[in-house]
Formats: sequence, C-alpha cells, structure tokens
Amino acid sequence: MRRPEPDTAVPLLAHASAEDIVAYRRGEPIRAGRFLGDVARVAALLPASRHVLNACQDRYHFAVGLAAATASGRKSLLPSTHTPEVIRQLRLFAPDAICLTDDPECTIDLPRVVFPGGASPPSGAWRIPLIAAEAEVAYVFTSGTTGTPVPHAKSWGRLGDAVGVEATRLGFDGSRRRTIVATVPPQHMYGFESSVLLPLFSGHAFCAERPFFPSDIAATLASVPAPRILVSTPVHLRALIAADIDLPELELIVSATAPLAETLAAAVEARFQVPVLEIYGSTETGQIASRRTTAGAEWQLWPGVRIEIRDGETRVHGGHLEMPTPMGDVLEATGRDRFLLKGRSCDMVNIAGKRSSLAYLNHQLTSIPGVVDGVFYIKDEAGPDERAVSRLGALVVAPSLDAAAITAGLRERLDPVFLPRPLLLVPEIQRNATGKIPSHVLAALARGR
Amino acid sequence: MQSAQAAASTDLEREIAGLVTEALNLEVSASDIDPEAPLYRDGLGLDSIDILEIALVVSKRYGIDIKAESEENHKIFRSLRGLAEFVAAQRTR
Repeated sequence: MRRPEPDTAVPLLAHASAEDIVAYRRGEPIRAGRFLGDVARVAALLPASRHVLNACQDRYHFAVGLAAATASGRKSLLPSTHTPEVIRQLRLFAPDAICLTDDPECTIDLPRVVFPGGASPPSGAWRIPLIAAEAEVAYVFTSGTTGTPVPHAKSWGRLGDAVGVEATRLGFDGSRRRTIVATVPPQHMYGFESSVLLPLFSGHAFCAERPFFPSDIAATLASVPAPRILVSTPVHLRALIAADIDLPELELIVSATAPLAETLAAAVEARFQVPVLEIYGSTETGQIASRRTTAGAEWQLWPGVRIEIRDGETRVHGGHLEMPTPMGDVLEATGRDRFLLKGRSCDMVNIAGKRSSLAYLNHQLTSIPGVVDGVFYIKDEAGPDERAVSRLGALVVAPSLDAAAITAGLRERLDPVFLPRPLLLVPEIQRNATGKIPSHVLAALARGR
Repeated sequence: MQSAQAAASTDLEREIAGLVTEALNLEVSASDIDPEAPLYRDGLGLDSIDILEIALVVSKRYGIDIKAESEENHKIFRSLRGLAEFVAAQRTR
C-alpha cells in the first residue's frame, strides 16, 4: 500500500494555466484564473468555523465551496440528505458547522452563508494552493445501524489517488480536455468523485448544471464542446432510452449507484454509439472497481485493492483505502483483482443510489412518538429492466396515529426515497424469541392488509 | 377540506391519474387522488425519481417534451390538476 509522505503536498487543481477551462455554465467557459478568484472570495466570506456543510446545488458553486474550505484548512460536510434530523445529528458531530448554500430560500437549520453573486476578477498571480496529502478535507456519512450517522473522513491525497485511477480507467490521457456533464448531485460520493474531483485532479472541465429530464440532458450536452463525458445512473439511462432522444456525440458514458443491467447497457451503447463504463464503490470506500458492462459481468478492482471474507463479512482493503472496510454487498472474488457482485447484504438497502440499513430505518420509525412497533421491508426489488428502483413498505403499530402523521414524522428523519409505500397500520407485529420477524410473517402481513 | 365541486376530477385528470398510479405502482387507486393535492411531499409523497417516471409516460402518451428549465415546471408538478392543465395546453396527440 502506498502511503503518502506526511509532508507531501497535492495541488488544489491540475489545470496548467489561468486560461485553462475548469467549468461551463450555460455553455460559457469558466477559466482557472476566475475559479481561483472565486475560491479566495468565498474563503474570505466563511466565518471562523472549521466545518462547512456544502449544500450548493450548482456544481460550480459546490466546487468553489469545496476548494475554498479545503484551501483554508476547513472540512466539508457531505451528508447525502438534509432532513431536519440529519442536520440535528450534524450539529452534534460538528457544533461549529455552518452551511454554504446557493439557495436564498434555504431552510437548513445552521448558520448560513449564501454563495455570493457576481463574478470575481481573476486572481492576480497564477498560484495554485497546495494541500497536504494527509489533510482530512471532507466527511461523508453512512447511516450505520443505530440513530447516529457514521462519519468517514476523506483525505485530499487519497481522494486524488482514487480519481487518478478513475481517469486511467476512463481512458483519459493528457492529450484532450474533456467536459463532464453529470446527472447526479455533487454531494453524493459518486458525483463528488466523478463530476468534481476527477476534473479538478486531472485538469478536465465539468458542467455546472445538473440536467434531469432527457431533453435537459441532451441540451446540456449540446451546450459544451466535445469530447463529452456523461456521468449518470441506470435510472437516467433508462429514461434516455425510453424517451428515444438523440444526444450529441459522446466519448464515454459512466454509470454508477446501482448495477446496470447488461441489456440496458447494450441498448445505450447501440443507441448513442458510445461505450458505457460502470463504476462500483460505496460511501465508505469511494470508487474501487469498474467494468465495461457489455464485455462481461466481472469487475476489475482499483490497483492494490483486495477483497477478503472475514467472519462471513465481505471487506476490502489496500490501494487508496485507509483501513479494511466492510461492504454492504456480497463480492465473490474471481481473481486477485476481479470479482462478481452477488447482491446486497441482507440488512442493506439501496434505493435510487441512496444506501441505508433496515436497522437504521426501523430505528427512525420506532423513534417517532406514538409508534409502538414498526418494521420496514423491501417491497419491489429492482428487476433487471422492469423497474428502475426498489421501493420500501412498512408495517406500523401506532394506535394513536394515522398514516399521514407517521409519514410526516418519517419525512423529518429520512430521505424521501426511503418513505414507505405502502405504510400499513396493523394491530400488532408478531416477533419470534429473538425479537425478529420471520420473513413469511412480513409477507403475509403485507398481503393481508 | 375542498368542496366536492372544487375537487371533482376532469376526464383528463382521471386518465393521467391512471397513468401515474400504473407507472409508479402506487397503492392508491386513481380515483382516490385529490386533483389539487401536491404530488411532491405531503400529498402523494412522490420523489424526483417518480417525477422522472411521470414525465416519461406523459411525454410518450401525449407527445410532449418536458424540460426542467421551463418556467412552468413547478406549476406542472404542483398537482395532478397542474399536470393536466399543462398536458391539455401542450399535447400533440
């Protein structure tokens, strides 16, 4: 395992001159000189706090906020959702946290700094800040099994190592400057790495917009010059195929958040005449493997990353990983650096790219005042092509509440993708001696409403 | 409470409600959807993945191009009624 030397410094961005393009917004290039000017301007606005919740929706604003926090020795907090309960937990984790937002109507309950309007003059001298490789610059969060989110620290050097491998896997050489258009938010680990860090660390450009509907994806791609890279998900790719829309010429499509069905990958490659590469990773580890979906089911690990099974638990270690890390999925090693994905561990759920555990969801449900007992179950397992995302259901015992009140309570605590449909009120939930609910009992309860 | 008059659904609203419940595999029957209740959050409680799904089926069925940047987007997905008004104005089939 390569350990960065303690005093190794890594540049804040890899762009070679003030004229290099860092980003595009509405088709207009934003150059490295202006980027560094904006970074200095935002850094000057941040209060003395050491922690910044970066809630910026615009990808350029997000990148400036990340760079401003990083260059000034602050840590960026990147929870995947901003529900009141998550913000409350975040305040316990980092009492001095402030929120950087580009939404003037933002209601996140932290001291807020609104991203400044207008443009900075390009910074005078061309000088790129150097960041210590060991510096912990960001915290991402997983749900854990109890009520408390688990923070995972990310150092600048290891983040750079991970996206350095990604650049190689994506076929990026130094000869061409690509532009990355992404349909995923910059706060999600996949979007953070593939649409923000990858361009910053490899000298490419990203697009500030986050297109959503198929026509928006086509229009945003058309607004930037080739070579274009589309960073997306199975949900959006399926929508592009269903909409039967034309896209501008692409060099590559990247997909992550959930496994891409081979049939969908083949349809996308045929329709848009472009290779589709999948990335595999997790919030804890960041990206650790890739595959060309149409070339086979095997994943190839990042160099040095290895899989081990210990006490029935799948863990990965080595490479850019700080420590051995359990995975929420079952990985079957097929070679030293290859594996097959054999589904998720039984307690984990992945809904539209957001991961949680049933234990965490159940804990949040039963924490609502008036809920006597309650349990989540996976209702529609996402099929190869039929449904794009899995959905959850829940059984709840709460004699004094109705379904709307319980849903309102859950909305305070959970990302909307985890809200149960249906939420079934039942008189009681039968548990076995260990407090568990047999799956056939769950199924029968859900059927017999 | 809405008066029965105000909440009564048009044929187009009922038709779109049917498309939505079928596409999203919702547990409510199409006739139970209040045409003025919000689709997001407190009403049907849909999320952005659902909105993408609705946009797809509505685009296909009525030959409409839905874009996020259109000024009317908030209005369109405000409620079943908002969506039906948009479809009525924009449909090509």
